[in-house]
Amino acid sequence: MDVFSDPTNFETYKVGFLWILKLTAAGTVGSVVLGVVLAAMRVSPIPVLRGFGTGWVNLFRNTPLTLIVFFCYFGLYSALGLELSDDIDRNNYWLGVVGLSVYTAAFVCEAIRSGINTVPAGQAEAARAIGMSFLQTLTVVILPQAARAVVAPLGSIFIALAKNSTIVGTIGLMESSSAMKELINANGDAVVPIFLVFAGTFALVLIPTGYLFGWLANRLAVKR
Amino acid sequence: MRITRLTAAVGALALAMAAAACGGDDSGSGKASGIVGKASSQKKLVVGVKADQPGLGLQTGGTYTGFDIEIAKIIAKGLGVPETGIEYKTTVSANREPFIQQSQVDIVVATYTINDERKKVVNFGGPYYVAGQDLLVPAASTLAGPEGLAGKKVCSVSGSTPAKRIQTDYKDAKLQQFDSYSKCVQALSDGSVDAVTTDDIILAGYAAQDQYAGKFKVVGKKFSDEPYGIGLKKSDTEGCNKINEILKASVTDGSYKAAWDNTLGKSGKAAPELDVTKLTNCS
Repeated sequence: MDVFSDPTNFETYKVGFLWILKLTAAGTVGSVVLGVVLAAMRVSPIPVLRGFGTGWVNLFRNTPLTLIVFFCYFGLYSALGLELSDDIDRNNYWLGVVGLSVYTAAFVCEAIRSGINTVPAGQAEAARAIGMSFLQTLTVVILPQAARAVVAPLGSIFIALAKNSTIVGTIGLMESSSAMKELINANGDAVVPIFLVFAGTFALVLIPTGYLFGWLANRLAVKR
Repeated sequence: MRITRLTAAVGALALAMAAAACGGDDSGSGKASGIVGKASSQKKLVVGVKADQPGLGLQTGGTYTGFDIEIAKIIAKGLGVPETGIEYKTTVSANREPFIQQSQVDIVVATYTINDERKKVVNFGGPYYVAGQDLLVPAASTLAGPEGLAGKKVCSVSGSTPAKRIQTDYKDAKLQQFDSYSKCVQALSDGSVDAVTTDDIILAGYAAQDQYAGKFKVVGKKFSDEPYGIGLKKSDTEGCNKINEILKASVTDGSYKAAWDNTLGKSGKAAPELDVTKLTNCS
């Protein structure tokens, strides 16, 4: 454990997990916003939007995240010149958030769509009967009930997102997996303890998160 | 179908055992002591090498080529192992120590810098080459050395020694890190970074690759010393001394120079002098 008592090593460890937190936070916001819009598209009455939503989900759900993040750097930034910040780390961070969001949004979309299917058809019919438009029906009647049904699967998606954040290391952000690599490279005599500390930190945070979502799912479920 | 408690328990147990079996590949070579014993009794040598560094250790299909590979062949020959008895295993920077400690490889010849932390866990034969950190820049660049890096984007592999040196000694440079040098070189050819930094012979290998011929140049101003060693088990002092003997002999019989000329020497750089008085890292 004396590896982590060295202040610079501890700093590496701390900075690594701070990036993971930031990536997860921004990725969650991005993917939920995008995912809800995509789910709305997939249940909308307009064929073009339905097709777009289906296309998005099929494309990004079946592409390895490493490739997506890789493309964000070499495609969006390197080739197309999309610079999201002057600072090299911030730029990589935002490129990573874009990659994580478009990927995770596909899963969020599918979870919410499955939630929409749990809402009885009578609810939508009743909403239409009192003259609500499609958007009103969706946002006022269907989505609130659908969201409460999919808390547990969304929890799993966010936990996966937290772990997937390590992939942004591939475009050079010093997140936890890159930090671990750096520490292992410099401390060849303590490979196992370093590995256990990093894996343990993830487990320590994510296991309670899993229980929290399980508890929330129970509390928020619509009792039918 | 009803799942009884018993079948569930049996299933879980079977899964656990399958998982345990995955990790349990112990080749059982514990009886031969050290690489000298193993080489003479089994005529086999497992060598950990890099697979993505042109000129040093590069895997194309099933074959490996490069200076490190030639050095491995010299060592194997000196130990009495035929070339067919050498098995190459791809290692990356982070798993070299574990591979040695777990006996997954007998020796490591993989741009392996000798330093004090590593000496605590493995034994080093060599150094067989002293590299130094340098910069790879586009052919038209005016960058003359590390001092000119302020405000420039420089790329290296995350967690590597060269990356760390940029962070501590050249704080004004903007460091972009990737998990492999090939990505850095790709970014350099796209123009999204201004320079790539790592050991000079690795850079020379990339500069000499066909698809980049004439596009890049190595600045040629070393700003560190990286002695490359041959890693083996900490306890194997006999093997370590034997490796140093073999290296000494390879200088006299010219095989060291031949190894260089057939690989990195193709870029036009003359073979380095191997300083045999420095082969003193065995413990």
